[in-house]
Amino acid sequence: FQDQAEQFFRSGHTNNWAVLVCTSRFWFNYRHVANTLSVYRSVKRLGIPDSHIVLMLADDMACNPRNPKPATVFSHKNMELNVYGDDVEVDYRSYEVTVENFLRVLTGRIPPSTPRSKRLLSDDRSNILIYMTGHGGNGFLKFQDSEEITNVELADAFEQMWQKRRYNELLFIIDTCQGASMYERFYSPNIMALASSQVGEDSLSHQPDLGIGVHLMDRYTFYVLEFLEEIHPASQTNMNDLFQVCPKSLCVSTPGHRTDLFQRDPQKVLITDFFGSVRKVEITRETLSLDRDVAGFESKFPEEELATEPLKYAEQLPVAQIIHQKPKQKDWHPPGGFILGLWALIIMVFFKTYGIKHMKHVF
Amino acid sequence: GGMAAALLLLLLLLVAAGPGPGRADAGREQRDALREELLLSPLPTGDVAATFQFRTRWDADLQRGSVSHYRLFPKALGRLVAALGVRELHLALTQGFWRTRYWGQPPLQAPAGAELWVWFQPTVTDVDKAWKELSNILSGIFCASLNFIDSTNTVIPTASFKPLGLANGTDHHLLRYAVLPREVVCTENLTPWKKLLPCGSKAGLAVLLKAERLFHSSYHSQAVHIRPVCRDASCLAVSWELRQTLTVVFDFFSSGQGKKDWSLFKMFSRTLTDTCPLASQSKVYVDISPKNKEKELLEVSPPPTSLHEAVVQGDKKTYAVYDLLSPSLFNTSRSLNVQLKWQRPQDSSEMPIPTLHAQRYVGGYGLQTGEICTLIYNTHPYRAFPVILLETVPWYLRLYVHTLTIITKGKENKPSYIHYQPAQDRRRPHLLEMLIQLPANSVTKITIQFERALLKWTEYPPDPNHGFYVGSSVLSALVPSVTAMKDMDVEQSPLFTSLFPSSDGSSYFVRLYTEPLLVNLPTPDFSMPYNVICLTCTVVAVCYGSFYNLLTRTFHVEEPSRGGLAKRLANVIRKFRGVPPL
Repeated sequence: FQDQAEQFFRSGHTNNWAVLVCTSRFWFNYRHVANTLSVYRSVKRLGIPDSHIVLMLADDMACNPRNPKPATVFSHKNMELNVYGDDVEVDYRSYEVTVENFLRVLTGRIPPSTPRSKRLLSDDRSNILIYMTGHGGNGFLKFQDSEEITNVELADAFEQMWQKRRYNELLFIIDTCQGASMYERFYSPNIMALASSQVGEDSLSHQPDLGIGVHLMDRYTFYVLEFLEEIHPASQTNMNDLFQVCPKSLCVSTPGHRTDLFQRDPQKVLITDFFGSVRKVEITRETLSLDRDVAGFESKFPEEELATEPLKYAEQLPVAQIIHQKPKQKDWHPPGGFILGLWALIIMVFFKTYGIKHMKHVF
Repeated sequence: GGMAAALLLLLLLLVAAGPGPGRADAGREQRDALREELLLSPLPTGDVAATFQFRTRWDADLQRGSVSHYRLFPKALGRLVAALGVRELHLALTQGFWRTRYWGQPPLQAPAGAELWVWFQPTVTDVDKAWKELSNILSGIFCASLNFIDSTNTVIPTASFKPLGLANGTDHHLLRYAVLPREVVCTENLTPWKKLLPCGSKAGLAVLLKAERLFHSSYHSQAVHIRPVCRDASCLAVSWELRQTLTVVFDFFSSGQGKKDWSLFKMFSRTLTDTCPLASQSKVYVDISPKNKEKELLEVSPPPTSLHEAVVQGDKKTYAVYDLLSPSLFNTSRSLNVQLKWQRPQDSSEMPIPTLHAQRYVGGYGLQTGEICTLIYNTHPYRAFPVILLETVPWYLRLYVHTLTIITKGKENKPSYIHYQPAQDRRRPHLLEMLIQLPANSVTKITIQFERALLKWTEYPPDPNHGFYVGSSVLSALVPSVTAMKDMDVEQSPLFTSLFPSSDGSSYFVRLYTEPLLVNLPTPDFSMPYNVICLTCTVVAVCYGSFYNLLTRTFHVEEPSRGGLAKRLANVIRKFRGVPPL
């Protein structure tokens, strides 16, 4: 009986998604990109594939001309850990990271020509991790120095997701100044939220690197990364440990969390429910025999008819043909309203002045 | 006699029985082949250029027949070609600029940023719709912002960009060309590019492609080219070719060493250890052509498997070839680290000047007007040749075509062909295409003036003070060769000689790009709306509010209220006490 009760409280998700957003532009906001990439790295390491991660980076730090070590983004000083790596796929880059695109990704209302890797194709059994970082204030988060997203908009977007059944459970982590204000307005069920600082407090950065010349990480994400580096796909660590990650002595700000909308007890929620992609495996003892006949796999090429005369390549610079190329005649359009009106006015004035009897002289 | 006949009959029977059902795919399905090649060419300034080419050729017609089994040809690109009716596709992502004046003619140059040009099949009815869908799909595959390609940066060239593959007629309305000069190229573009290779980056030449070394360079360009080619010499059937090229120039100064000696390990921090099992050919070519006909000044080690001579870009060149598939190469050591050493130091007077090179810059002052100047140099001592110049200028730089001047050697040079399509605000960019004859040993200066437009407030990007880019101009020319090229067998010659189909040996086709331009537009102060609102509200509140109060406020005397029950009781008590009431 207790076993059945245990099973009732285990998460019912079948797939994991992650939406990781860095909203800051310019070189001195290197740390925000490093924050997002360190969460990306942990999430990939714990099993979520690139096709299930929507990574949005508002500026390019790795190949920035000011980066002394191109194609790297470091999170620890003395360049210990390159969180950019060699296998990274950024879905939304540079000017594409806007509030509109972010909300469209969350709610699924994207134009039909959007490629698959830029879509959040979650269903009602998906656990989604949403991580946002950048500059923020009381009730808003700044996108690329030109627009903001408010906590009300974010809460409404999550409600749209809930009504469309686009998530089973959602974990929202935000690392900005006054981050707790962003989760104050949530009202949809099954959302757990963490923030790096309370309203009225600033989130501080961790340490500068004198070689690169900027601060490399924010404190909260730095300690979260250290915590996540010890998690492996079979870990049984739960959310209560994540809540204790950065006490005030290390973080200087007070991290906050919100679990009232979440139905399960945080003690029973595993870290890998959101950060990893653990799939349930069923072991079967039946055997399956595969058909030896592979004739069905031959490519179906119709018999090609060969050309009767040899095909040829085009001439790259056919000077004679170009010089004698006549420009395409513009299609004749009937005169527009203005021209017609102008001519009507001229003709009317003429006949008013000189009288109708002169018409035969005109034509 | 009888025995021989019996044996022959037996053989015939065996052949006629055919392969068994399990091996149906062995014989006729070897339809695709992969060739990979790396070309190392030391440049006159001491830098070294490395060009990787991976060519997958598929002997099938992608346009006809329902293809469902992809082997070496990547499925993502094959489905794209078939579904959207693409005849040719060329996509290049580049960081940096190829300095033709100092480095020589490039084997294959691309402009800074992203460049996409596509020829569609004549069966496509709505080319613009197919173009938009294609750019969106490619932006998902290559993690680049190609979805920003729309009508404001797409042009239809009429004379440049003729198809590089088999073509049945060239109606230029099936061609689209777009450049995104602001596009950044980084590891996230290299990752999907590497995943399209049959062996990925695990075996063969692609193990050298590590992002940390490739992006620490002066020029990095990766490209994908898909086109139909002749299947064999008779050219009666069509095969589809996918070429993935990557060119990188390692800078001698930024590598930090004093000497100009290069090696694979120094360039890529890796060496070659084995070959890709799916490749039918895998070679490394090193350009050891002697300059000025003297003895060689470049020494390569370990000794190459063979030497190859070819006429490339009109000049006779010698290459040291390392064939990775030959068994003798990995006999002595498990890894191959090609080293190049200079035997005597080079001096700058030996730097050869390329026959055709160009530069472009913005002139003028202030934020209202400006001038685009292009200088084209023809350094051939006695031959003149024509060049097509294609310029695409965004609509917010309003070109004045009446100020277009082309001056060569002090005199005006009238182009033989001009095609100008003016811009429409927010809809179409300017397109200027000219065929100019360049006399021998001359400099041609082309200038055109423009005026800067004021954009609407919401059209500015988040960092408007960075400036706005104007894409590179394209120069296509048939440059006279020093040595005539013989007709060669495309299949036997190295890949870097067969990208541009050659028409005759007396000249070779080259496509050059000039620098992109960075232009500042008049930028408003984006905090002004907030300032104006504050100021206006303050003025309204102070001035109008005061007048309103003055005019409408009336004063009247107020009767003191009788007070509540407690107050009346208190007043009664106070009356008794003789104290004045409340």
